[in-house]
Amino acid sequence: MEHTISVNLKIWRQRGPKEKGQFVDYHLDNVSTGSSFLEMLDMLNQHLVEQGEEPVVFDNDCREGICGMCSLYINGHPHGPVQGITTCQLHMRKFNDGDTITIEPWRSAAFPVIRDLMVNRNAFDQIQQAGGYVSFNCGGAQDANNLPISKAIADEAMDSATCIGCGACVAACKNGSAMLFVSAKVSQFALLPQGQVERKRRARAMVRKMDELGFGNCTNTGACAAECPKNISLSNIARLNREFIKAKCAE
Amino acid sequence: MIDSTSIMPEFADIESYKLPEYQLDSKIPEGPIAEKWTNYKAHQKLVNPANKRNLDIIVVGTGLAGSSAASTLGEMGFNVYNFCIQDSPRRAHSIAAQGGINAAKNYQNDGDSVYRLFYDTVKGGDFRSREANVYRLAEVSNNIIDQCVEQGVPFAREYGGLLANRSFGGAQVSRTFYAKGQTGQQLLLGAYASLNRQIQKGTVRSFNRREMLDIVIIDGRARGIIVRNLITGEIERYAAHAVVLATGGYGRAFFLSTNAMGCNGSAAIQAFKKGALLANLAFTQIHPTCIPVHGEDQSKLTLMSESLRNDGRIWVPKKKEDAEAIRAGQKKPTDIPDEDRDFYLERRYPAFGNLCPRDIASRAAKERCDAGYGVGTGNAVYLDFKYAIERLGEDVVRDRYGNLFDMYQMISDDNPYETPMMIFPASHYTMGGIWVDYELQTSVKGLFAIGECNFSDHGGNRLGASALMQGLADGYFVLPYTMQNYLSDQIKVPRFSTDAPEFEAAEKAVRERIEKLMAIKGTKSPDEIHKRLGHVMWNFVGMGRTLQSLVKALGEIEEVRKEFYSDLRIVGSADDLNTELEKALRLEDFLVIAKMMAIDALNRNESCGAHFREEYQTEDGEAKRNDQDYMYVSCWKYTGDGAKPILVKEPLKYEAIKVQTRNYKS
Repeated sequence: MEHTISVNLKIWRQRGPKEKGQFVDYHLDNVSTGSSFLEMLDMLNQHLVEQGEEPVVFDNDCREGICGMCSLYINGHPHGPVQGITTCQLHMRKFNDGDTITIEPWRSAAFPVIRDLMVNRNAFDQIQQAGGYVSFNCGGAQDANNLPISKAIADEAMDSATCIGCGACVAACKNGSAMLFVSAKVSQFALLPQGQVERKRRARAMVRKMDELGFGNCTNTGACAAECPKNISLSNIARLNREFIKAKCAE
Repeated sequence: MIDSTSIMPEFADIESYKLPEYQLDSKIPEGPIAEKWTNYKAHQKLVNPANKRNLDIIVVGTGLAGSSAASTLGEMGFNVYNFCIQDSPRRAHSIAAQGGINAAKNYQNDGDSVYRLFYDTVKGGDFRSREANVYRLAEVSNNIIDQCVEQGVPFAREYGGLLANRSFGGAQVSRTFYAKGQTGQQLLLGAYASLNRQIQKGTVRSFNRREMLDIVIIDGRARGIIVRNLITGEIERYAAHAVVLATGGYGRAFFLSTNAMGCNGSAAIQAFKKGALLANLAFTQIHPTCIPVHGEDQSKLTLMSESLRNDGRIWVPKKKEDAEAIRAGQKKPTDIPDEDRDFYLERRYPAFGNLCPRDIASRAAKERCDAGYGVGTGNAVYLDFKYAIERLGEDVVRDRYGNLFDMYQMISDDNPYETPMMIFPASHYTMGGIWVDYELQTSVKGLFAIGECNFSDHGGNRLGASALMQGLADGYFVLPYTMQNYLSDQIKVPRFSTDAPEFEAAEKAVRERIEKLMAIKGTKSPDEIHKRLGHVMWNFVGMGRTLQSLVKALGEIEEVRKEFYSDLRIVGSADDLNTELEKALRLEDFLVIAKMMAIDALNRNESCGAHFREEYQTEDGEAKRNDQDYMYVSCWKYTGDGAKPILVKEPLKYEAIKVQTRNYKS
């Protein structure tokens, strides 16, 4: 019942952030089409280890599409050719026998390569630290039902909050912009009543930090939303622009 | 012979617990159960704001428990050092929790209360959890929902704007709050946001891609940790006045599990070797609704949320020939008429039906598959939404479970709107863990354990949507109080230098351990050996255990251990990024945990919660508990590598609850 295929892999290998990288070719037989893409890489690494070679380094953890740890630029697409999923959710049945698969790390000035396919996305944490929260100390909350929030608003905030912080938007953008990521968090709080008090300060602080960290500008190409594994909508960016302009005017 | 008492001395010391030095003080406050926590808080010692600034706390882990504890301790004014193995605190595996979080709000007016949540949790845990801890958990559950809403967590809401609830296994009320099928993600991002605010303020310092490899003890108290920088391979030292472990469960002892690839039990083993006790390790939860194993190259199993059991009906064919035809590909599930379907949970447990607790649902699936009624590879049952779609319409089902259905289709290539899902149990959560007292302190002074890595609240089996509740209860509302009772004595203790001889010695031991593994230079990768261990654990220490299977497991674990120390191969170097070395270090600790799990299971001559010893069952296949001899927490004390661990007992007393046989039938 199980089908297997053979694949040719072109994988980017790079020792460190300052070192020169290159594509290395590998061939892999007997890949079950029921395996996930990362299980295919596990197979490759098992072969490499058996030959005494160092495995290909790639970030991964939950392997169910939610932690945002996995990345990979596969055949020119962040998280591979299938829309709306992460690399760990991609299965080998989406490939054909004999296919050549090109695998690269996220390429962006703000995400330096650590090794092979692993990059440093610490810049995302720094943007969140600049203002991606409601300033509120544990213990002083009122009863949760004291403040009704309409279902439509809650659902829309939830859609924005779904961002997993993987960085595919930055990798997909020709300018290396982090606008989709920043706008998702700014939108979540701009929509909800809890986020109102710090609304302006938040938009200013997060955008300032994003600029400071070397992310590019947004030119409304929309590649970010098209490649986002969680389908974060481009309308978040429109909202961020409004939030930012309103905040600047109020300064 | 089905009782292990006579053979236990071969594996462990089960007599010494009677000695005075092995009596445990669980520090349960006096008074009626509903007043214990209030009394405790009213009388505990506190640390004043000026002194908080001078006290350092290490928190290892950034899941729900770790993030919430680190941020709250930071808000209070302590200096916090927070560590995680991932590239960001937001990636901890709490993020993957799907279904929801319980609280006793009674917003649905369906008869819920703090007492009922407490009762359901103790009963769900088959009367093997500590009553006072569980009551406190139920008590603070409502604060958690308030807290998270204030943080901007977008919980599901009704059209009127109030919070929505759904039902989970083991409860007859709707008390589960949720955010689509991504509740863990939203709660963790809430805690991560609070953490980020403290990082920005400078009260919390965040260290990513660092793995703890040892705990440093000075004069009998935990005073620091040794970590490996996973990017550079450097060994680093960090000192503090107290250390908090929030490192999750050890479910990957089975290799295949719903845990993330990096989940491990190493912190528990480091604590164990420094004198902390490991408790109730036999209680490992096998979750009933996971996507079945597809092949040998599989790296992990994916959970399908328990919330699906609200509307999905679980069945296998009534006739063996139908099951055989389905397995051979000659029939499809949709070819089987309703009257030939065996809805075995509804049949066996009419009162709770498809929503009976996880351990019971898992065992019932195994029972049907072992009897020859399984589908797919033979190790799968159906979870069918045909009836829900008929009743509610496809749109409502899509609205409730759309993302889960998509996830299923992505992995299995089947469309669950048209054909039933196939599911099978998989290792998911560990109720057992590091022993802690009421203050969440381990038996090592100054070493605390919170969230899944401690043993305290779930007894023999955890109810759905209670893991998120416990993680956040410990981190937001319990530890920040109880820790002060310890720290109030420490205000005059100056900061420690990491040049202290204890740090030197701990670092040296870590380096020697790494060198020893690097020097084996065998032929097997850590994953290969881990898979072998996983097979042993699943086959002999899995859902059904017997005295014979456990003795066999102990023999085979020893074989795997020998293979590990003689034939392990770690490519690359230790002073560098090395994912193979990371795996090998974790596996070395899993080998110890696996052995302790089997010993604990062998010692417990009863069936209880998730621990099912096949010798101890009723005529209709239900678990047969032995309260007379086993109503205690089985704790294990380390005595040296290869030496026999000592059993230490914490007797369980139930004062607010009447102990009875768990019944989900009527």
